[in-house]
Amino acid sequence: MRIELERRPEVSRLFSILSPVIALALTMIFGGIMFLLLGKNPITALHSFFIEPLMEVWSLHELAIKAAPLIMIGVGLSVCYRSNNWNIGAEGQFIAGAIAGSILPVVFHEWHSPLVLPLMLLLGMLGGALFAGIPAFLKAHLNTNEILTSLMLVYVAQLFLDWLVRGYWRNPGGMNFPETRTFDPVAVLPEMIASGRTHWGFGFALIAAVAIWFMMRYTLKGFEITVLGQSERAGRFAGFSTRKMIWFSMLLSGALAGLAGIAEVSGAIQQLRPVISPGYGFTAIIVAFLGRLNPLGIVVAGLVLALTYLGGEAAQLSLGVSDKVTRVFQGLLLFFVLSCDTLIRYKIKLVWSNLTGTATEGAH
Amino acid sequence: MGIFEAILLTVITAATPLVLAAVGELVTERSGVLNLGVEGMMIMGAACAFIATQVTGSPYVGILAGIASGALFSLLFGFLTLTLVANQVATGLALTILGLGVSGMIGEAYVGQSGIKLPQIVFPVLSDIPFLGPLLFKQDLIFYLSIAVVVGVNWFLFRSRAGLKLRSVGDSHASAHALGINVIRMRYLAVMFGGACAGLAGAQLSLVYTPQWVENMSAGRGWIALALVVFASWRPWRVVAGGYLFGAVSISQLHAQAFGIGIPSQFLSALPYLATIAVLILISHNRRTTLINTPASLGKPFVPDR
Repeated sequence: MRIELERRPEVSRLFSILSPVIALALTMIFGGIMFLLLGKNPITALHSFFIEPLMEVWSLHELAIKAAPLIMIGVGLSVCYRSNNWNIGAEGQFIAGAIAGSILPVVFHEWHSPLVLPLMLLLGMLGGALFAGIPAFLKAHLNTNEILTSLMLVYVAQLFLDWLVRGYWRNPGGMNFPETRTFDPVAVLPEMIASGRTHWGFGFALIAAVAIWFMMRYTLKGFEITVLGQSERAGRFAGFSTRKMIWFSMLLSGALAGLAGIAEVSGAIQQLRPVISPGYGFTAIIVAFLGRLNPLGIVVAGLVLALTYLGGEAAQLSLGVSDKVTRVFQGLLLFFVLSCDTLIRYKIKLVWSNLTGTATEGAH
Repeated sequence: MGIFEAILLTVITAATPLVLAAVGELVTERSGVLNLGVEGMMIMGAACAFIATQVTGSPYVGILAGIASGALFSLLFGFLTLTLVANQVATGLALTILGLGVSGMIGEAYVGQSGIKLPQIVFPVLSDIPFLGPLLFKQDLIFYLSIAVVVGVNWFLFRSRAGLKLRSVGDSHASAHALGINVIRMRYLAVMFGGACAGLAGAQLSLVYTPQWVENMSAGRGWIALALVVFASWRPWRVVAGGYLFGAVSISQLHAQAFGIGIPSQFLSALPYLATIAVLILISHNRRTTLINTPASLGKPFVPDR
């Protein structure tokens, strides 16, 4: 038996919508098998992983807090990936934004003004954009592969943050813990909904998603992104510049990752620590693909992936399984998303004999 | 043993996993497939090698487990990108994310256990050669394997018929297909070879470099190996040169600390990553030479028309 692909005459609209759903279902099934192998009842395990966190108001707030950076970064990455610029260093841009935005509340902590917060957010975006500007410059002008450079810079950003919070930025009254002073109330992103901790980062993420959705759908820029991503040659004939697109998409995604970084630090942690992200920048790559690179889809995908973080914590408490399960779930999900996307452009056929050429239609 | 010799020994230990992973990826890329999952395959190899060694008590079983796990794990990538023609960049990332997750989970019970270091194999007489002897003939099996793999790959790619076919698949899959070469099978084999090498590189990390299991212990070496392939312009011996250069950079941190040089350790730790970027810039700023060296079908999906 072997698998053959037959190109569909046109892209299947049905599977464009169904493929992420199938992928999620397959992830659940494989996740269940994994729990079974770990000696847990798969039904109760999946229940505590994916349902329990949705049952309480406070954990819904936690969900929004975790979804905020994922959506914000994922939306920016979707623009990159659609235009064929493979920025995979959003984790570093997130950290760069967090550091740049924290200059005011850490270094100029005596300055209390309503201007502090907006300036912090701006600095955060600037920091993220500048950091993404490095691989953008290298790709646009020196022809250097952006995948490797953007990733290498993640390690650099992590080490730089580590050095800052252990060195010059360490809280002088903090018992030598590697962390900065806690932010002054004027530097804290306010809560968005009265019932809990959800801060405005989530609001920014939704705004960013709608704005980018609008740009992609109704503006010339959106068209330019799509054309250059699908065919650089066609784009050049239309007078679009690949080089400018590298700059545009990288700076945009860097700024959004930076905003996510400072929003997370200001809204959720309120100080800098050696580690400020459980890998949001990498998980956002999964979010972008699960959302099929569509900003509105990414909002849903961001919530789903945020759930895997919460589910991992919940499963650790109630079942005693390792929270590493989260990473496995995320990896599995991306795998299934990518395989199911094949269904959009191809029919998958299972061929039982290659001599007679009798082909049997597969289940899909 | 002089201090210079001691430093060189640590360089070799640091360089071996880079050389192995890079030369494996080189073969994969020569067949036209870009597998960005080296980091994931490497960490799987490290975890499986360590666990197998702890369970059986034999680091040689560990080596086999490392190779097998890397090759099996790469099959996942092969199935998605070759059979289902999924995007290679995204699938490679998926492999890395999944590998870091799965290795963290299966290795959790082994955190903090002290492992068994792979013993040295001493060549009599040869190891008595002053200076070179201890460096080249008093090493562990994985070091010897790394050299053998480079020699073998170099011979295979440029001196054997199958190697010529593999390169033709990487340069123009349509022409190779028209000539009757089974493009997909060739690529599956190349991907698995890359996986096996990355797995062996991982085994070196958890059996030789630091004989223990630490989560994320590959620390970006898989990505550096990817950069090394570009740096080496897809030629095996240049991978060795690059690997040893990077090995030297990455252990400079330890030696700088030993000599009491007052640079913050974080900056020294960042050196290999910054060096990678610098090297990539140097290599790729000349668009024409890059174009000449890169396998022409690299990263492009192939669906045989029937």
